[in-house]
Amino acid sequence: MISKFIIINILQGDIKTKAFLFCLFIISIAVPIMNIYVSAESIFHLTDYHVALFGKYLTYGLLALSLDLIWGYCGILSLGHGAFFALGGYCIGMHLMREIGPRGVYGDPILPDFMVFLNWSELPIAWYGFDNFTYTLLMIAIVPGALAFIFGWFAFKSRVTGVYFSIITQALTYALMLAFFQNDFGFGGNNGLTDFKDILGFSLQNSNTRISLFILSVIALALGYLFSLKLVNSHSGLVLKGVRDQEDRLRFLGYRVENYKLCAFVVSAILAGIAGALYVPQVGIINPGEFAPLKSIEVVVWVALGGRGTLIGAILGGVIVNLAKSFFTVNFPEVWLFFLGALFVLVTLYLPNGLMGVIKKIFIILKNRRKTQIG
Amino acid sequence: MNIFVKLMICVSVVLSLINISYANNLDDILSALQKAKFSEKEDLLSQIADIKSNRSLIILQHIESGNLYYTKNEKITVYAEKIDKNYKITDILTGNNLGQVKKNKIKRISLNNKLRKHVRVLIAKASLVSEDKNIRINAAKTIFESSSFELLPLIDRSLVNEKNKSVIKELYKTQARLYLLSGDKLLINKSLEYLVKTTDPGVISVVNQFVEKNKNENNFKLEVSKAIELINKINSNIKFYKLLENLFFGLSLGSVLFIAAVGLAITFGVMGVINMAHGEMIMIGAYTTYVTQLIFPSFIEYSLFIALPFSFLIAGFMGVLIERLIIRHLYGRPLETLLATFGISLFLQQLVRSIFSPINMPVSTPQWMSGMIEIHPALSLSFGRLYILAFSIMIFIFLLVLLKKSHFGIEVRAVMQNRSMARSMGIKTNWVDSLTFGLGSGIAGIAGVALSQITNVGPNLGQSYIIDCFMVVVFGGVGNLWGTLSGAFILGIGNKFLEPYSGAVLAKIITLIFLILFIQKRPKGMFALKGRAAEINQ
Repeated sequence: MISKFIIINILQGDIKTKAFLFCLFIISIAVPIMNIYVSAESIFHLTDYHVALFGKYLTYGLLALSLDLIWGYCGILSLGHGAFFALGGYCIGMHLMREIGPRGVYGDPILPDFMVFLNWSELPIAWYGFDNFTYTLLMIAIVPGALAFIFGWFAFKSRVTGVYFSIITQALTYALMLAFFQNDFGFGGNNGLTDFKDILGFSLQNSNTRISLFILSVIALALGYLFSLKLVNSHSGLVLKGVRDQEDRLRFLGYRVENYKLCAFVVSAILAGIAGALYVPQVGIINPGEFAPLKSIEVVVWVALGGRGTLIGAILGGVIVNLAKSFFTVNFPEVWLFFLGALFVLVTLYLPNGLMGVIKKIFIILKNRRKTQIG
Repeated sequence: MNIFVKLMICVSVVLSLINISYANNLDDILSALQKAKFSEKEDLLSQIADIKSNRSLIILQHIESGNLYYTKNEKITVYAEKIDKNYKITDILTGNNLGQVKKNKIKRISLNNKLRKHVRVLIAKASLVSEDKNIRINAAKTIFESSSFELLPLIDRSLVNEKNKSVIKELYKTQARLYLLSGDKLLINKSLEYLVKTTDPGVISVVNQFVEKNKNENNFKLEVSKAIELINKINSNIKFYKLLENLFFGLSLGSVLFIAAVGLAITFGVMGVINMAHGEMIMIGAYTTYVTQLIFPSFIEYSLFIALPFSFLIAGFMGVLIERLIIRHLYGRPLETLLATFGISLFLQQLVRSIFSPINMPVSTPQWMSGMIEIHPALSLSFGRLYILAFSIMIFIFLLVLLKKSHFGIEVRAVMQNRSMARSMGIKTNWVDSLTFGLGSGIAGIAGVALSQITNVGPNLGQSYIIDCFMVVVFGGVGNLWGTLSGAFILGIGNKFLEPYSGAVLAKIITLIFLILFIQKRPKGMFALKGRAAEINQ
């Protein structure tokens, strides 16, 4: 069914969609081949580390996509999207912790190590059920979605908009960060959740598992993209764009603006949660640092760089900025923040439509030239 | 005349003789002390104390701290100070430097615990007549803790001669404490009466001791019940002062929040722009203070006053620069402005990290800012926080006058209320924007000077305050100084009153959640602009 969905969309989609999905397809084939079949001496060989790294970029791409859905198409700037990402990550992290079982340092069959360390005698209620994978999958969508629903319901009903909304989302993620840093909160405190052993019985260190996770990320990204595309091109998508451009006018036309916003916000939060859930097994750790307001704001710049309201642009932005981040933080750690800071300023000043805007401009220029040549 | 001179000479000779005899006397005692057993030492030490000279006090202090030695060969009593592996020795009587010797050349004049306590009391006794009031206060405190009833006459005598109020207070307290030990009904009652009047929490343990000891004695039934009453009274008093203290802490936090946030409130109010680099303006101010202290190391006392104008100018200049170069081009796009200024904040943070270092810089506190003012034994307020409180109110008044009375202020308010109308009235809104941004940033710089006194000066200084600043601005409402003031103080006090029940972090979380909920009720803050002005600026 999924493949049918994909194929139909590929056939129906425009050139951008086709190109993008084709690229994803190439990557999903090339990366495993370069990892398994290319010999270790070759410069084209990818280590397991690199596979996980690329997988990480793809999850960041999905996160950027989720933000673009509400910022680019609905005009809601969330400075707390990292919170949903991290919540999804914590859900899968809890499952992976439970799966360690008696192989932990303290060998307790039920309690994760940090709870034994804190002298807790029984599992907190929040942890119940996470040994079940299906339950975990549900939670990955439900927890961020529910938080977004409650938060958005309050915020949109009382018409909190613009910078005010941005600031309270920042307050939200900040408050969550403070809470998760507490040991008493029951999610590993400072250290977060780590030392995962395996997922569904497959060892996380195994390169086959890593490749599977990578391909899962590719699929999730492709599906997320197609879903978002469907959404923004539907009637509701048009309403969302209307909200972005003239909220009041839309309200006068009789639309329940807040319901549309709420829906978009919840969908976006769920996408972010899924991204987080794919991120954690590949990176091997989740800690409260993911809730830091800075992380969430970084996501915004990914989208801004790629071009808001373009979906593909957001994904590209997420991947490119993180490639740059990996490069700079390894080679020139001092320069990274200068670079990121300058990126924020330059993109907002000179690239209001992001990279996609630039590409579009180039295409238009080429087209015009061809026309004039023909003419 | 002649006779007078002769007389003078006679007197001075006699005096010097006496002095010599003192010295001789001390010499004898000291050499006896070298050989004495522990049992004999007590008497000898008392003898030293009886010679009422400064020298004897110094000797006692050195014995107490274990720095008094004698040389094995010459048997001279010396004060020894360890330098590397050797000891630098000084003749205790003459003060002559005798050079450095090895450890095996000298021997310590040692004490046991009982003797040490004895020496301490002796020192306290000698210190009670010292000229420095702090030494006298400490002496009284030592006696208070030593519970040596035999020293009561000494305290009584000192009380007669004492002029200084704080010393007298300490002496009375010590006297009352010693009365409790007396076993004399009259004295005990007197003591309890005095203690009820002062309600000093420092005496709780002593009164408790008294209660424990005399619980079962019928003789003191009345006194014991009185003492228990006293303890209860002190405890409830402590509660009351804790409340006051919390209030003060809340006010103090509020004042800090206000100073930090008011600049942001101004720029947000006038331009509708959230300046994410505001925290870094605070940081610049704090670093300016650090640099000022580096440049003028001899003026630490005045460094803050030097730093104030500098930090205002530097941060203000940065603000104008940012406005002219970047924010200007993003007019009407508040979310993009937020991102661009955030980029600036990252840039400035890294700049500071590269120029100074990622670690925190030491900023020294001037003498007049440190120390506490004691309002009640259970309540002391630190000068630093008091000054910052006063300073924030000064800034508030200054800004209020500036915005309400000055020509610039009228222009600012005009732009705030209706930009296009202001422009058509001939106000150069461009310049008003720049200057307002400069003003907001400059105030942030000043805030940095104040914050450098109470928090770590490092690259993350701005980050740690920016979210709080937002909360204050959003809570208080835009474009109204009173809103910012009340917002800051309500949040500050609320936070501090939650803290004892929930802990610092949870208090913060609760405040944040409260704010998120509050915004739902009043999306534009407590003091929102009303009417058309509010619509146009959004």
